[in-house]
Amino acid sequence: MSSETQKILSTDGIPLEESLKKAEKKNKIKAFLLVTPLLLFLIITYIVPIADMFSRSIDDKLVTNMLPKTYKAMEQWDGKELPPEKVFEAFYLDYKILVKNKTAGKLQTQLNYEKNGFKSVLKKLARKQKKFEEGNYKEQIMKVHKRWRNVEYWRAIKRRAPAYTYSKYLKGIDMYSNEDGKIVQVAEDRRIHRILWSRTLEVAFFVTLFCFLMAYPIAHLLATLPMKYSNLLMICVLLPFWTSLLVRTASWMILLQQQGIVNDFFVWIGLVADDNRPEMMYNKTGTYVAMTQILLPFMVLPLYSVMKTISPSLMRAGKSLGATPAVAFFKVYFPLTIPGIGAGCLLVFILAIGYYITPALVGGASGTLISNQIAYHMKSTLDWSFASAMGLMLLTGVLVIYWIYNKLVGVDNIKLG
Amino acid sequence: MSKKEDFVKFDKVDKSYDGKVLVVKDLNLDIKEGEFVTMLGPSGSGKTTCLMMLAGFETPTNGEIYLDNNPISNIPPHKRGIGMVFQNYALFPHMTVFENLAFPLRVRKISKEDIEKKVDKALAMVSLSEFGNRMPGQLSGGQQQRVAVARALVFDPSVVLMDEPLGALDKNLRESMQYEIKHIHESIGVTVVYVTHDQGEALTMSNRIAVFNDGKVQQLSSPDKLYEEPVNSFVAEFIGENNTFAGEILDISNGSCKVKLDKGEIIANPISVQSVGEKTTVSIRPERALINPKDKMDNNQKGKIEEVIYHGDHTRVRLNLLGNSEFILKVPNSSQNLDIKLGNEINIGWNSRDARALDPK
Repeated sequence: MSSETQKILSTDGIPLEESLKKAEKKNKIKAFLLVTPLLLFLIITYIVPIADMFSRSIDDKLVTNMLPKTYKAMEQWDGKELPPEKVFEAFYLDYKILVKNKTAGKLQTQLNYEKNGFKSVLKKLARKQKKFEEGNYKEQIMKVHKRWRNVEYWRAIKRRAPAYTYSKYLKGIDMYSNEDGKIVQVAEDRRIHRILWSRTLEVAFFVTLFCFLMAYPIAHLLATLPMKYSNLLMICVLLPFWTSLLVRTASWMILLQQQGIVNDFFVWIGLVADDNRPEMMYNKTGTYVAMTQILLPFMVLPLYSVMKTISPSLMRAGKSLGATPAVAFFKVYFPLTIPGIGAGCLLVFILAIGYYITPALVGGASGTLISNQIAYHMKSTLDWSFASAMGLMLLTGVLVIYWIYNKLVGVDNIKLG
Repeated sequence: MSKKEDFVKFDKVDKSYDGKVLVVKDLNLDIKEGEFVTMLGPSGSGKTTCLMMLAGFETPTNGEIYLDNNPISNIPPHKRGIGMVFQNYALFPHMTVFENLAFPLRVRKISKEDIEKKVDKALAMVSLSEFGNRMPGQLSGGQQQRVAVARALVFDPSVVLMDEPLGALDKNLRESMQYEIKHIHESIGVTVVYVTHDQGEALTMSNRIAVFNDGKVQQLSSPDKLYEEPVNSFVAEFIGENNTFAGEILDISNGSCKVKLDKGEIIANPISVQSVGEKTTVSIRPERALINPKDKMDNNQKGKIEEVIYHGDHTRVRLNLLGNSEFILKVPNSSQNLDIKLGNEINIGWNSRDARALDPK
């Protein structure tokens, strides 16, 4: 039996398979050209910044490049005792150039991250080094400030020798590598980032939960009401969408402050005493209230789009088959809305985990989230590499959540509208 | 076991949705145990509303519905124990066929073995035994329909309601499903209330048909009676084809009457006319009027052929007869009637008892 199959030829003698490929190639190129603008947009505005963020977060060349001679001389130094004269000399020469170029400030800042109090030591050296005489730099430098006799400061310099570092990531979870190169936790009273991470997760979780509890009945009503009422309700749901985020947050500030409308109302109905008004803003309560309201439409819309497709006869069928309304709801209706619940929860959770403006304005000290910390390092401390590292950790966290979610619910089951 | 005469009873039921218009007016209807009753009517005639009231999804505005002599207006749908097949099947899309069928049994807390036995039996009944693990979305329309029927029957309800269940199927499938549902009904003897607007479906399947119009039952009788002996012109018009003449009673005596038309006179069977001078619509089925009748008939008229349409097994002839240019004849194609040519004048005859003088339209 021959397994050879006759090749089908098209009218011009080319095998059909080839001419089909040729015809499809054109379509493929056309399709690719159509998506090119979007692809470029994504690469320029998304992939490139993230790559830049990543390289920034691990890049530690700044100090390495500023002190080339020092690090060369430090190669043989074991870091147990004070470095030899050779290192002092190299450091003096490197630092002299930096002072001359007026770039010593950067080094001071960077080394101060590594060891507190380094800045003043270096500043003093910058002033005194002009009068240094040639030779015996070790003595001269140590004379400028007694801390130069402390080996820890020299170790701090040496720790910045590698061109790449993961220390920013460690810092993000309140850890650091100590003088011996071991990774340890920072002192208990300085572990602020972990508190922020767990608070961010907690706020995102509860905001998602509140949104779900409020959006489910609304979406159900929207999907079952007659057209003319449901349109009106839909506008009510979408109205916040069309209002600026800042305006909405600001209005919550007006409502929730101690002399605000909500508190006035509570006092008026006698729920609280006038001199004992509860604080509903500048704490977690404010963050919860404002974020839930702002993110609610993101939960309503996916739920609505799913519920709209569920035929009302399914519930009727359930009842006619003998299920009580509650059983019919939980066995028939609820399972069918899971794709919408999944989409809504994922959307709200991911938005909430990176939310910035609202917690910054109404959160106060106990209601700020990790995004506020990132912004703080971007704007105030100018430690961009640390901000980048935390941003990437946040992004990774979101991706992990997405992955877990995909395992549990399946992304194919999501319906966004 | 004797069959109850009024197993399902609608007693003076009114229904209004908006408080202004009655969609169902003073409805009285008795359905026997084990009977297959069809509610037939145009859309908006109130038939589906009746079904929904029986199922418990609507409540009567007035009157009461009895099931096996128990008033059921205050019983919620899930306690009525009535099976229902919905228009769009309403299978639960997230459950397999097996789970769909097991659903009514599970909510009744029936043991696992019994559930399996009953579901298998029900699936075998609709010849879908191999499909238990499929999802409804993987089935064809006809198969989904059969699952829906099996689901409505699996918990042995005393009454099964079907709301235009075959509406979404194509013609061939619809016909075979009609027979299948009819056979299922005959084999298990359940009471079926069936709603449709398709008269063919109603005539094929039912023991009795209730013709609905304008919120009222126009006629409740067996299919043959409904077709042969319609009691008013709506039923005559709605069921089957119908030739009509509008006229006035000239004379009425001995179970026959003379009707004066615009052109000419005919003799008819007085059904809903009593006295001379009444307006009437006379209805004659197309197959009851014959060309050149051999037997003597008491109506004989001449008509001109205006259109001939070949229909395979028969030919439809449109005549101009007594001023009615829409008079239809059905001529079986076996006969060697070669006079049927466009423009020919032919003799038409019918018996006066087949010409039913009904209420005027």
